[in-house]
Amino acid sequence: MTEFTPLASSLGGALIGAAAVLLMATNGRIAGISGIAARVLPPYEDRETAARVAFIAGLVLAPLLYMAAGGAVVQTVSTNFPLLVIAGLLVGFGSAYGGGCTSGHGVCGLSRLSKRSLVATAVFMGVAFVTVLITRYAL
Amino acid sequence: MNARMVSGLVAGLIFGLGLIISGMADPAKVLNFLDVFGSWDPSLAFVMGAAVIVTSAGYRMAFMSPKPMFDDAFHVPLAKAVDMPLLGGAALFGLGWGLAGFCPGPALTSLALAADGTLVFVPAMVIGLWAARFTPKV
Repeated sequence: MTEFTPLASSLGGALIGAAAVLLMATNGRIAGISGIAARVLPPYEDRETAARVAFIAGLVLAPLLYMAAGGAVVQTVSTNFPLLVIAGLLVGFGSAYGGGCTSGHGVCGLSRLSKRSLVATAVFMGVAFVTVLITRYAL
Repeated sequence: MNARMVSGLVAGLIFGLGLIISGMADPAKVLNFLDVFGSWDPSLAFVMGAAVIVTSAGYRMAFMSPKPMFDDAFHVPLAKAVDMPLLGGAALFGLGWGLAGFCPGPALTSLALAADGTLVFVPAMVIGLWAARFTPKV
């Protein structure tokens, strides 16, 4: 069980939205993590790489800043390593091949009323629901 | 560091803090959100809801300017067609997300917390992200 946290989750979601707006207003870019992370690696097709590396650095530093300010991060990560390798490959390949993940399609795309993002979000949410249903109850 | 890097860094920091405060960086919470018939935790609906409300309103304001502060134009995706790469990619992503409870943002922001599972998941994810760039879109 995990605790239902509507207030903290809404606040966190609002911060995610604020970050997405900031990145668009300043650098004119979609805050899609899969797209940003995929383009941190070569080949480099534009001059945006340094800003992408800086964004990823911010993402990685965030929990350290949060803990330095006295916050505690609660996390339960699976220890089934073969499963994590398969899941990691699927998440990485699928999100980059499909042009976005929870942030690029789910947050930024839906906010732009993009039909592609609406369809992609419905598909990945639907498949994830069914996956949890099968792994928790059928296997 | 130029202005574009500073805005990237600050946006990444705020994004990461949002993931942590919202609970989205905890795979157990994500998997419980997806487990509608069991230990359902609807919190993530609030994360997505708040994020979309703020982004919709903020984008509207941002797009009132002819261009972003540090670039010549807004770079928004132009593709319109719902095609096989979109559907297939989203399905594979959903499968992996449902197996591990990690999507790309939370996985990367979890790196410094150094859970064993994260240190296994992220390299595999990075290989997947990279491989997709060399895979023809069919």
